Amino acid sequence: MSLEKKPAVESHFKSWWKSGAPWIWLNAGAVSISVVVVFGLLALIASRGMSHFWPSDIQQMQYQTAAGEIRIIGEQIEHENIAANQFTEIGLGAAPEGVEYVKRWLIKTGNRDILPADFRWIDDHHIKQIKTPEDLIVVERVEWGDFYGYLKSVSELGKQSSTGETAWSDLEQRLQRVLDLRDEQKLLEKSEIGAINYQLERLRLKRRGHELDGTDSKENLAEIAAEEKALDDQYQALRSRLESLLTAIARDSAQFEVMDGSIVEVPLKHMVSVLKPNGMNVFEKLGYYFINFKNFMIDDPREANTEGGVFPAIFGTVMMVLLMSILVTPLGVVAAVYLREYARQGAMIRIIRIAVNNLAGVPSIVYGVFGLGFFVYFLGHNLDRLFFPEAMPAPTFGTPGLMWASITLALLTLPVVIVSTEEGLARIPSSFREGSLALGATKFETLWKVVLPMSSPAIMTGLILAVARAAGEVAPLMLVGVVKLAPELPVDGNVPFVHLERKFMHLGFHIYDVGFQSPNVEAARPLVYATAFLLVLVIVLLNLSAIMLRNRLREKYKALDS
Amino acid sequence: MSYNSITDRSWFQRKRAIIDTIARTTIGMGGISVIFAIVLIFFYLLWVVAPIFKSPEVTPIGEFNAPVMLAEAETKYIAIEESGQLGLRIASSGEILFFNLETGVDTSRNSIDLAEYSSISHVVEMNSEGTMLALGLDNGRVKFIGIEYRVNFVDGKREIIPSIAFPFGEEALELNYISNIHRLQATFVDGERLVLAALDTSGQLLLQSYEVEKGDDIADVAEESVTEVGMDAEYLLLDPLADWVYLANSDGQIIYYNISDIESIEQIAQQVLVKPERRVSHLRLSLGGISLLATDDTGNTVQWSLQRDDKNQYQLAEVRNFQASAAIDYLLTERRRKGLVGISTEGNILLYHTTAERQLLEEKILDRKPVLAAVAPRADMLLVKTEDEKYRSFKIDNPHPELSWQALWGKIVYEGYTEPKYIWQSSSADDDFEPKFSLAPLAFGTLKAAFYAMMIAMPLAIMGAIYTAYFMAPRMRGWVKPSIEIMEALPTVILGFLAGLWFAPIVEDNLLAILSLLFVFPAGLLLFAWGWSLAPKYVRRLVPEGWQALLLMPVVIALVWMSFVVAPLFEAVLFGGDIKAWMLRELGIGYDQRNSLVVGIAMGLAVIPTIFSITEDAIFSVPRQLTTGSLALGATPWQTLMRVVLLTASPGIFSAVMIGLGRAVGETMIVLMATGNTPVMDMSIFEGMRTLSANIAVELPESEVDSSHYRILFLAALVLFIVTFFFNTAAEVVRQRLRKRYGSM
Repeated sequence: MSLEKKPAVESHFKSWWKSGAPWIWLNAGAVSISVVVVFGLLALIASRGMSHFWPSDIQQMQYQTAAGEIRIIGEQIEHENIAANQFTEIGLGAAPEGVEYVKRWLIKTGNRDILPADFRWIDDHHIKQIKTPEDLIVVERVEWGDFYGYLKSVSELGKQSSTGETAWSDLEQRLQRVLDLRDEQKLLEKSEIGAINYQLERLRLKRRGHELDGTDSKENLAEIAAEEKALDDQYQALRSRLESLLTAIARDSAQFEVMDGSIVEVPLKHMVSVLKPNGMNVFEKLGYYFINFKNFMIDDPREANTEGGVFPAIFGTVMMVLLMSILVTPLGVVAAVYLREYARQGAMIRIIRIAVNNLAGVPSIVYGVFGLGFFVYFLGHNLDRLFFPEAMPAPTFGTPGLMWASITLALLTLPVVIVSTEEGLARIPSSFREGSLALGATKFETLWKVVLPMSSPAIMTGLILAVARAAGEVAPLMLVGVVKLAPELPVDGNVPFVHLERKFMHLGFHIYDVGFQSPNVEAARPLVYATAFLLVLVIVLLNLSAIMLRNRLREKYKALDS
Repeated sequence: MSYNSITDRSWFQRKRAIIDTIARTTIGMGGISVIFAIVLIFFYLLWVVAPIFKSPEVTPIGEFNAPVMLAEAETKYIAIEESGQLGLRIASSGEILFFNLETGVDTSRNSIDLAEYSSISHVVEMNSEGTMLALGLDNGRVKFIGIEYRVNFVDGKREIIPSIAFPFGEEALELNYISNIHRLQATFVDGERLVLAALDTSGQLLLQSYEVEKGDDIADVAEESVTEVGMDAEYLLLDPLADWVYLANSDGQIIYYNISDIESIEQIAQQVLVKPERRVSHLRLSLGGISLLATDDTGNTVQWSLQRDDKNQYQLAEVRNFQASAAIDYLLTERRRKGLVGISTEGNILLYHTTAERQLLEEKILDRKPVLAAVAPRADMLLVKTEDEKYRSFKIDNPHPELSWQALWGKIVYEGYTEPKYIWQSSSADDDFEPKFSLAPLAFGTLKAAFYAMMIAMPLAIMGAIYTAYFMAPRMRGWVKPSIEIMEALPTVILGFLAGLWFAPIVEDNLLAILSLLFVFPAGLLLFAWGWSLAPKYVRRLVPEGWQALLLMPVVIALVWMSFVVAPLFEAVLFGGDIKAWMLRELGIGYDQRNSLVVGIAMGLAVIPTIFSITEDAIFSVPRQLTTGSLALGATPWQTLMRVVLLTASPGIFSAVMIGLGRAVGETMIVLMATGNTPVMDMSIFEGMRTLSANIAVELPESEVDSSHYRILFLAALVLFIVTFFFNTAAEVVRQRLRKRYGSM
């Protein structure tokens, strides 16, 4: 039996090999790898991105060093295993006996202002004891990142107001007061003082305009001076209000014991939130998770974009995409209609198709270069000379900005809309057109009343795909208008409300900038993942909806055809 | 509205017709505008790039007699002010005149107080801008003056007001140890050290240095030395940093000294600069003083550069030469570029650029011999004094001399290098920096990145597409295809970020595991497939035909996991625990964290969906009757695929690869983030690169508009445009043919 089986297996293998089945399996493997990679990537981004908002526990560790035992307070970020011999080789000290790998932890110790670094690696085998004390406090600060410590007391104007048990609730109350005051301060600075500055700048330009036009008569100048005076008075009033607000904000402070046992004072004006993560149950944490997520969406960035929210980036992306949609839809649809409905098939159409495909295939950075050279430097500079001579030599449109970015991206996404609309037009059975024409409608009426309404889902699909493409594109935007930190949003309360010449922030560029240009990449990494997740989420959802829309459309006209 | 009357009706009809016509024209224009857009992009890029290839022009703007001097005196020095409005003339009497360059009318007269009965015999520039001059007097003293220009706006007109300053006091400096001044050189180093070199007729070389700052009077000598040079030297040169002194006679014999320490100067060597039987007609230092330019009486200009030879000895070596039609009487170096302006005996102007190894122009502009010449700081004006005591001024339009085919794509010997190299190094803080604009390393980097990306993407995408289109069950295909295509929409900035910050460290720590996947995947998958074919029938029935890919997904994950677990064991046994150290030790291969492997995989992922999608479409649209016919004739599905389907779909696959390649070549964010962006030319998969696109993204925002650098970046964009245009057009033409062929089936 066993003697016969072997040749059987052998011949089976031969015939299996000859049948081509192994190749089919290999091809199947290629699909499997691709699909695993796609879903693996999405899962990676999702898990890393979403965990950013979770309030993790903070550990207190007794840690053995050469100098003796110390206390380390921090959050375990990740660990690595190093081969024991390598561990010794790179000079990390003697590896413990009989182990092949040494486990090391990356600990976020926070307190960047008092410690040499806010991250450190420690050896697992030197940790003597790990505790998660419930009264350990995480303070999120305006600057210097997170702060970890035990709350000792709260003081007002340097005088202690509460200690021990009552300190925590006292701190929470006082922090709420500071946060309210700070909102007021922000409102004052951004809208009221900002508006005055904006008007002063306009007056300056007006005066310069008068000078250039030769209309700088005494009356005109006096009028401007009077307005300036009024604004300046307003400004002084606001200024003193702001100052009183700032002193009120600076009133309280809290004292904490940090990991080396010393007492550190943290003014409340530096705090964003206080939290006892170790004492929270899952539901409290979940609640806090959503608050964090909300803050991430609506807050301004802090500390060179490595902390805080991404609101201006979301806003900038949305504005740019909106403007781009307004530009690209009519152009794309008209071009597609020409290709499908009007043009005679022939050499011209072939050339246009080649042009469309080339537009789609030109690297996005080339659009950026073109946009910078043609739109910004050429068109923008000439616009400035014609319409904004008073602002010269400071450029108005002759510098990268929202409008040029939108136009550049409209050009870039044009082929997407054309191709998708064309497909929609192709799917409409010709009987509809013939019917309409037979009833006496002109070609345009047929198009307007019959063909376009029927193909509107296809146009929508194209637009959605274009939006998805534009939202994720970064390289050209780096040249034509995106900046790492825009002082003002492109829309605000100052006439004319929409400022197309302003620079803006963008989610994709935010990822590049924070991930690669920021001084503290380690601290910024969670935020980059969170931003990446947000961007991927938006783009995948947009694409899925486009695919669904397109499939529905296909189904619909399949039924019509038969 | 009612349409009862005939006129109303006809009006309504006419309106309809008009609207229809308007719509037709508008839509027609809309269609054409797409072509217009692509043409506009191309021509705009070309328009920006074009001035690179423009040849320079020299136009005369003025001819006038010498501005009248108070006393009969010889002109010793002429120069042109920054904006090219004023000329400057220093006469031996100490008179300094500023005059209009077009008319010759003097706008300002100054006179410096010389000691009685003395006159100026030498005027030498002490800095590259020529704003500080040392005047050698015939009584053996040296006086220092500064030329300053102030810009004034009067009634909206620019007016330039020149003035004379005395940076080191008005007192002339007395030179000891030498009896007279035969040749003089001086330089002011780092704003704190004044160095003087003076040679007298008896061959005594005096070197002196003073610690002095601008505005202070010159105090005591800091260092000094006197050397007897055994030569009747015609030329004395001192480099701006005061490290070298060169002495040469008109036979081309040169001696040079290292004078880093003036108290103990060191004679390095003695050489001959010109071919036998020839004489030196002009000798001077290049901008920055790193090389020497010697022109002989046949009009041959040779650039010599100090290089260390095999024995680590300094030696002047010939770098390149330029040949003019006649001897060059005056050779001027541009003040801010590595360009040369020569004027030959026959009155021809010669424009050279040393780095670009390029003669830009030889054109006759004078009918007299030149006596003195000066070029403007921006190198856009030339002022010549001819033997007939007349002055002629010219405008030079020569914006981009540093760019030539050789400079952009060839190997160049740059200053400070001993051999020709491809280097991209576009900017530096220094004014006399030699820009290195070789696009070769960038183009190489682009192709390298694209190559590795295609190596990863092509097999996966094409094989995957074959399976998906031909073997996969329709239901599974319904979700597999969109999910791979979703990846095309994934922003490349995210792929780049993951590659740079997440994947690159993983690859670095698990290099062997990642490399081993190359073998583990095919071997493991085949092994599993063979095992599966041996499995009992009821097990095999669980997974119907066309669902193999789903079955393999856990296998793929298991294989990756296995590699990561097993590879460290192999690494410990075979490579001493660290394959990177082993490679460096045994094979001499270095390792960058952000390297081509990482880029290849990341960009491969970005390209896979493109190739996959188009290939899949091409295979799927192969007419059914072809495959069914083949199968009916007894071919196995695999045979049908190889002999019928792939053959028919091959143009489609070709166009997919072309489009994928176009995408890989132009991709920016991934390479920007996942490589170190160092412009090296190294095919190693473990080294990084800098691509054309990433280079544009990094450098264009900071580039000055219309500068050479700006235009080169546009040229890089144009190259990308043309390359991708080629790939895409090829793909589209092939696809259109294919469509036609299937249409007839």
